[in-house]
Amino acid sequence: MSDTDQTGPTGPYPPTADMLAEPVPQGEQDRTAAELRAAWAPPTGWRYFTAVNNSEVGLWYALTAFGFMLLAGVLALVMRLQLALPDNDLISADRFNQFFTMHGSAMMFLFAVPMFEAIAILILPAFLGGRDMPFPRLSAFGFWCFVIGGVFVMGSLLFDAAPTAGWFMYPPLATQDEGPGSDIWLLGLSFIEIASIAAAVELIVGALKCRPPGMRVNIMPLYAWYVLVVGGMILFAFPPLIAGDFLFELERSFDWPFFDPTRGGDPMLWQHLFWIFGHPEVYIVFLPSIAIAAMVIPTVARRPIVGYSWIVLSAVGTGFLSFGLWVHHMFTTGLPNISLGFFSAASEAVVIPTGIQLFAFAATLIAGRVKMSLPMLWIAGALAIFTAGGLTGVMLAIAPFNWQVHDSYFIVAHLHYTLFGGMVFPVIAGVYYFFPFIRKKMLSERLGRWAFWLIFTGFNVTFLPMHLTGLLGMPRRIFTYPEASGWGWLNMISTLGAFVIAAGFVVFVWDLLRSKGSQTQVPRNPWDAGTLEWSHDVPEEYWGARSIPHITSRYPLWDDPDLVARMDAGRYYLPDSPHGHRETLVTSVIDASPELAQRVTGPTWITLWAAAFTGGAFIFPTFHMYPPAIVSGAFAVVCILYWLWTSTARPPEHGMRDAGLGLRLPTYASGPKAVGWWAVWITMLGDATAFASVVFGFFFYWTAKPDFPPEGAMHAAPALVGLAVLVLALSWALTLGARHWNGAGRVGAARGALVAAPLLAAGGCAALIASVQALEPASHVYPAIIWALMIWVVAHAMVGIIMQLYCLAGSVSGKLTPRHDADLWNVTLFWHFLCLTVLVAGAVIGLAPGVL
Amino acid sequence: MTANTTDTGRRGGADRGRTGLLLLTSVILAGCEGQQSALAPSGEDARVLGNLFWVMLGGAVILWLLVNGLFFYVTRINRAALSRRFANGLIVGGGVIFPTIVLGGLLTYGLSIMPDQRAPGDGLTLRVTGEQWWWRVEYWPEGAETPIVAANEIRLPAGERSEIRLDSARVIHSFWIPSLGGKMDMFPGRETRMSLKPEVAGRWRGQCAEFCGASHALMAFEVVAMPPDDFNAWLQAQAAPATSPTTDAARRGARIFAREGCGACHAVRGTGARGAVGPDLTHVGSRLSLGAGTLTTTLADFERWIAHTGAIKPEVEMPGYGHLGAAELADLAQYLKGLE
Repeated sequence: MSDTDQTGPTGPYPPTADMLAEPVPQGEQDRTAAELRAAWAPPTGWRYFTAVNNSEVGLWYALTAFGFMLLAGVLALVMRLQLALPDNDLISADRFNQFFTMHGSAMMFLFAVPMFEAIAILILPAFLGGRDMPFPRLSAFGFWCFVIGGVFVMGSLLFDAAPTAGWFMYPPLATQDEGPGSDIWLLGLSFIEIASIAAAVELIVGALKCRPPGMRVNIMPLYAWYVLVVGGMILFAFPPLIAGDFLFELERSFDWPFFDPTRGGDPMLWQHLFWIFGHPEVYIVFLPSIAIAAMVIPTVARRPIVGYSWIVLSAVGTGFLSFGLWVHHMFTTGLPNISLGFFSAASEAVVIPTGIQLFAFAATLIAGRVKMSLPMLWIAGALAIFTAGGLTGVMLAIAPFNWQVHDSYFIVAHLHYTLFGGMVFPVIAGVYYFFPFIRKKMLSERLGRWAFWLIFTGFNVTFLPMHLTGLLGMPRRIFTYPEASGWGWLNMISTLGAFVIAAGFVVFVWDLLRSKGSQTQVPRNPWDAGTLEWSHDVPEEYWGARSIPHITSRYPLWDDPDLVARMDAGRYYLPDSPHGHRETLVTSVIDASPELAQRVTGPTWITLWAAAFTGGAFIFPTFHMYPPAIVSGAFAVVCILYWLWTSTARPPEHGMRDAGLGLRLPTYASGPKAVGWWAVWITMLGDATAFASVVFGFFFYWTAKPDFPPEGAMHAAPALVGLAVLVLALSWALTLGARHWNGAGRVGAARGALVAAPLLAAGGCAALIASVQALEPASHVYPAIIWALMIWVVAHAMVGIIMQLYCLAGSVSGKLTPRHDADLWNVTLFWHFLCLTVLVAGAVIGLAPGVL
Repeated sequence: MTANTTDTGRRGGADRGRTGLLLLTSVILAGCEGQQSALAPSGEDARVLGNLFWVMLGGAVILWLLVNGLFFYVTRINRAALSRRFANGLIVGGGVIFPTIVLGGLLTYGLSIMPDQRAPGDGLTLRVTGEQWWWRVEYWPEGAETPIVAANEIRLPAGERSEIRLDSARVIHSFWIPSLGGKMDMFPGRETRMSLKPEVAGRWRGQCAEFCGASHALMAFEVVAMPPDDFNAWLQAQAAPATSPTTDAARRGARIFAREGCGACHAVRGTGARGAVGPDLTHVGSRLSLGAGTLTTTLADFERWIAHTGAIKPEVEMPGYGHLGAAELADLAQYLKGLE
């Protein structure tokens, strides 16, 4: 039977009770288990680091992020020693400034966000009964980018060259800063932000498309909801910062005056872009940790969560609201009272969704029969600390009170209360809770209590007095203070507390690292939890789920007592690997009905190479070494193309496969059924947000600065801008045509279009570059922002050209056929966004002079 | 410090909360004092904000105890399953209705404060420019056409609301006198404003609150509020040119000052020194601090400062004059200390 032309599933779905009850013969169980085991075997020896599986990459990610957290913690301890006594000179002002800059930057960019991504990569597939993330190599690439970027940024401390302008990098201080410090911050962390966005894309697609059959959105684990919300927030929060970094680095490298008030720029633009990122960032850190609590609490209460829909709506609501609060970081910048009032109220409003989540947890505990456990102790500690931080947050949101305590130690206390309570404690609770799932061993109850009480006590001894220190007038970020200030005793208490926290972490790390070889095997579901991750295999297997179950409830392990045995027997979907491929199931977004048996990629070095060269493209410019940066960037492009060419969207040998329970699924999809198409969509949303941020910059200057554009300014040549827009739009139309003709079997016409489209695009770029030649970007912010828009469009068009040529090569080599056209769908989607970018940029550059 | 007791008294309710609050405040009260304390307010704005703080603190302590008490009760004291209806009611009541009411009240109270804070000044205008790392200060009495220039010290007439206009030379700073009122950032290329009304005569300390580079920690200033008549007399004295040196040592110091080119950066009105890069030194001898709130104005501190600027204040622009001998430094200190 030739079914290669089938594009949809065939066979019975959903499975009936009879089908599920039918036993699987033992011989078949053994055979299929052996197949799966072979397909998912992790690489060994030095090739271990070629692994891309979520269980390996997630673990490396988490350990690396935790390592960076410990380093950043050590920086804090040194700072606490310096501040223990007035007029102390343990470390110099410059070193202190490096330390506090790196403490904040590392905790945010190298610990909090990556830790969320690490944990999500590690456990999300298990929550969803999946085998792996949809794009394992993308996870691995993101991880290696993170390691390289993180080591580079933290390493600068060893050379006394770390950034010193604070984690918020306010210009003009940071733009005027001599030495490479600010560049290390901008480029190193931009590099990591891109890795974060990659992880966010993957997590969103994972939660939307890789759920087990039957797990409709309204029964998926709360953790998956939080991942979805936070992934979406990363997608809209990081791009404004990346856009800001882009402008900032152009100012640092080429003296284009975006933030220089003497040439029309405005440092306030950076503050807006930074905090449009920075405030959602707080919730990006907080929500996934609350998500851990949302998984632990039903287990402790031994009943399903109360108020599931309330919690989901609150999480989504918090996500939305968090983008409307950023100005509360700028209450002292002299904005009009009416703005302050609005942002005060918006900031207070976030209490409501947060409160709903906390009270839903309380309600669950009330309605259940509580069985205390060590993870719950950490959750309780988190709650005690977080509510205190939340209540000081309510105070701070009142603008006039904020005028007093802004940038004082009161804020230091507040933010540590929210982050320890909202992130560190829940994550440690998660470590204790999920450790048996990850390592198949238990952590020590006794050491866990020691660690808890040390960290909890130490935390309050350190940070509770800081509220008072701030009210007594001690500003943040000062490397010393005079004895007459009267702050000495409070600082001494805080320093002592900091070392108690450190002692607690020593206990915790020891418990994590100590050998547990003598431990008897842990029970499979040590906490009697109800969610799917506790169907894991003990001892460890690498296949994720033995077979992917059909799910009909939120707590399948509680509600379906036969489920685990049937999964183990291979009764459910994809229990085998007849061709030795790694596969996972792709389902529809809302109802999770099976659509596709998606082949996923296996171990490789290419992700590491791609990350190394991408790193070079970011790191060389830090030292103004542009030729090596360009070469490195070119190698990165080559590596990524090789990776895509060899392992993605290959026409499969077998168009359909038996997925189990009588269901036959296609093994190839293009367009909206393919996970790759979703990934491009989501990525481009982030990209469009970054572009919108640059355009926002243009209109910010226009409304905020009377000399924009300056009297008698040169403008971009309107005819050339018009020509560029026209030609690039034509290139887009041809790309669309190529997809259409290829799909209709007119391969020749499609190839012709794919030859003409890149030529037109190149011509459009040339016209756009020529249109701004008369402008001098270093002279004033008006020509500078026009140049920035031009660079943005040209860089994207160049990527678009590479994509068109990639499809052309695919068509010629037989990789891309009328049936197997996923690449062309994805490229067309990219060009939709590019076309929009070109139209907007063209309107701003070309039409603005007439309007301004 | 009476505000806290009346406010806590007003909020009765949970006994436990009140006892805890009183205990807490009595401990804190002991530590409220200080030259830079928002909890020992001496200005109208700071006093109103102080009251706001104590009210909010009382509410926060009560709410913290209620929420954590609830969790403690259900996880430690009564672990049995309770009513599902109560649980559902808690989500709506505790998560939506209660916070909406409390926050509505708080916003009404808190934001209603704003219009009176930083009201327009009623006479004197100060213009303060943030420099790295010191304060350029100009006094503009009502109707004045030229300012009276000083540095690193703020003097205000007590009982009057003075307008303060802020900007910055290069990077962002923030102007903060906790005892008198909230802070306001200072931007290069953009003027911000505030006003302060000290209610009594006194002396406090202000400090830069926005990170501004290596010596951010050492960018402070003394603040003095004087009865209006004293203030006017002081301001008149500040407007006068520098007094001539009266001792031999001071005269030698003046020559060293000229020889070393100090006048390229510093102005001493009435002499040839007209530099505008560093602080105006016309009346430096009468100031309360040196190096922007870092040292006192004793002769010894003048010598220390001139000889070791960089060691005292990292990355400061003024070079150290350690190459001058001890005798010359002493003479220079005599001259500067004499500029009263």
